[in-house]
Amino acid sequence: MTTLELRGLTKRYRVRGSGHMLALDDVDLSIASGRTVALVGQSGSGKSTIAKIITQLERETAGQVLLDGRPVPRRGKGLRAYRQQVRMVFQDPFASLNPYHTVRHHIARPLLLDRVVPREEVDAEVARLLERVRLEPELATRRPHELSGGQRQRIAIARALASRPSLLVADEPVSMLDVSIRLGVLNLLADLQEADGLGVLYITHDLATARHFSDEIVVLHHGRVVERGPSDDVILTPSHEYTRALRDASPDPDRHFGGGRTPDTIGSPS
Amino acid sequence: MNGDPVLSVSGLSVTYDVDPPVRAVRDVSLTVGQGEVLGLAGESGCGKSTLAYAVQRLLKPPAQITAGQVVLHGTPGAAGGDDVDLTTLSPAEMDRLRWDQVAMVFQGAMNSLNPVLTIGAQLADVFARHRPGMRRAERTETCGALLDMVGVGADRLRSYPHELSGGMRQRVMIAMALALRPRLLIMDEPTTALDVLVQREILQEISRLREELGFSVVFITHDLPLLLEISHRIAVMKGGQVVEVGTASQIYHDAQHEYTKRLLGSFPSLTGERGDFVRKGAAV
Repeated sequence: MTTLELRGLTKRYRVRGSGHMLALDDVDLSIASGRTVALVGQSGSGKSTIAKIITQLERETAGQVLLDGRPVPRRGKGLRAYRQQVRMVFQDPFASLNPYHTVRHHIARPLLLDRVVPREEVDAEVARLLERVRLEPELATRRPHELSGGQRQRIAIARALASRPSLLVADEPVSMLDVSIRLGVLNLLADLQEADGLGVLYITHDLATARHFSDEIVVLHHGRVVERGPSDDVILTPSHEYTRALRDASPDPDRHFGGGRTPDTIGSPS
Repeated sequence: MNGDPVLSVSGLSVTYDVDPPVRAVRDVSLTVGQGEVLGLAGESGCGKSTLAYAVQRLLKPPAQITAGQVVLHGTPGAAGGDDVDLTTLSPAEMDRLRWDQVAMVFQGAMNSLNPVLTIGAQLADVFARHRPGMRRAERTETCGALLDMVGVGADRLRSYPHELSGGMRQRVMIAMALALRPRLLIMDEPTTALDVLVQREILQEISRLREELGFSVVFITHDLPLLLEISHRIAVMKGGQVVEVGTASQIYHDAQHEYTKRLLGSFPSLTGERGDFVRKGAAV
């Protein structure tokens, strides 16, 4: 059981000419293994800043990031061990893979750096990880440009899982993918999460998938948490005005047509 | 379709003449009625943008129209009657009709403004080109009125694109497209890069302007739930072909084609039932 906790997290960016910009204002958040927390909010609300601070790509201005109650190490081996525990899947699978390197290289790198398996077992582990994300192990010799967006995002997920993390931060993991494969990738994430007992922070602006793929939703507005609670409660009976505005602005044909589409016609995309 | 048709596309095919040739649009037939919003749904590479460019005769080699007609109905002052087949026009004739009768809001429109020219100068270009007789003062006044109309405000005429938010820039693009009061507006993923609140504002703006000015809209996007809310009819494209056309209600309640059903199933419901596909490890 691993728990990541953000306590009073505040981030101020210096803006040239106009002083400071408060990106995060006293944010408390906790993600435990086996749970998915969705972080929603519009552009500029601070969602990605939280992801960057969790993965320590940015430093917080005030507040704390605690893993199992211990502050995140700032450098060296401690930081590396922390990053082995907390992995990230980025939004753009076209930018997050290096075009010069093969799929094998991308997945083998964390295996070697974190010494997850002995060197001679790396190839077998790469094959196993590819199978876990439901790709053919033969893809290992390909380069990113030979793959579709969905395949690339699966590679990015395999890479994130390589070091056997306990928490995954997924920043808009499907928004760049074609609509018909989005649910497939989300279902895959949900399966892996269940199998490994991963804690997942799912960052998105899509309220519908936030509702269905997470246990809890946290709504961020201007760097502040304005509402949080069980997914269905937040979407179906929002208590904050901003959450209501977000929900009402999201396309919702079921409300528009007053229902009528039965759940069993919503098949899983094959 | 409600009312008389504004545009009839029949048997339109577009091929990218590369090796091997790519048939991006295959034998597409569609009509757009007066004041109608036609949604065009499909995923990347289905040919929806190529179709839009073909209608506007904006395709560049190696893309070419290989078959079909694009008839604009009720075109005032057109030679040979009211109905004009756009595919037969000379480039000069097409230049006169384009933007005047059929205008377009391009994909990534927020980034298609020129960063080194003011909003006002870019709007004025439209009139300099299509209304050469218009005096400078009148042009400035009309441009200001356009910005007022889309809710940006005439006081932003001297602003540069980077001084406006994404939503404001999108409104400027819409003002530019509506400058000559076209009868048909083609919008290619006009709100995809915007967040839901701004998207909703823009959609309401388009809907208000459409009621006020009476133009028809072809709205292209992969976001089927959005189309179900805003369109009168929806055409679903796949592999260069239109696989299904129906009213929004028909598509929602009674989709016929497998692909349409699959597309509908790709969007979990916001407030409705969960369905059986989530968080249970359904087949991928």
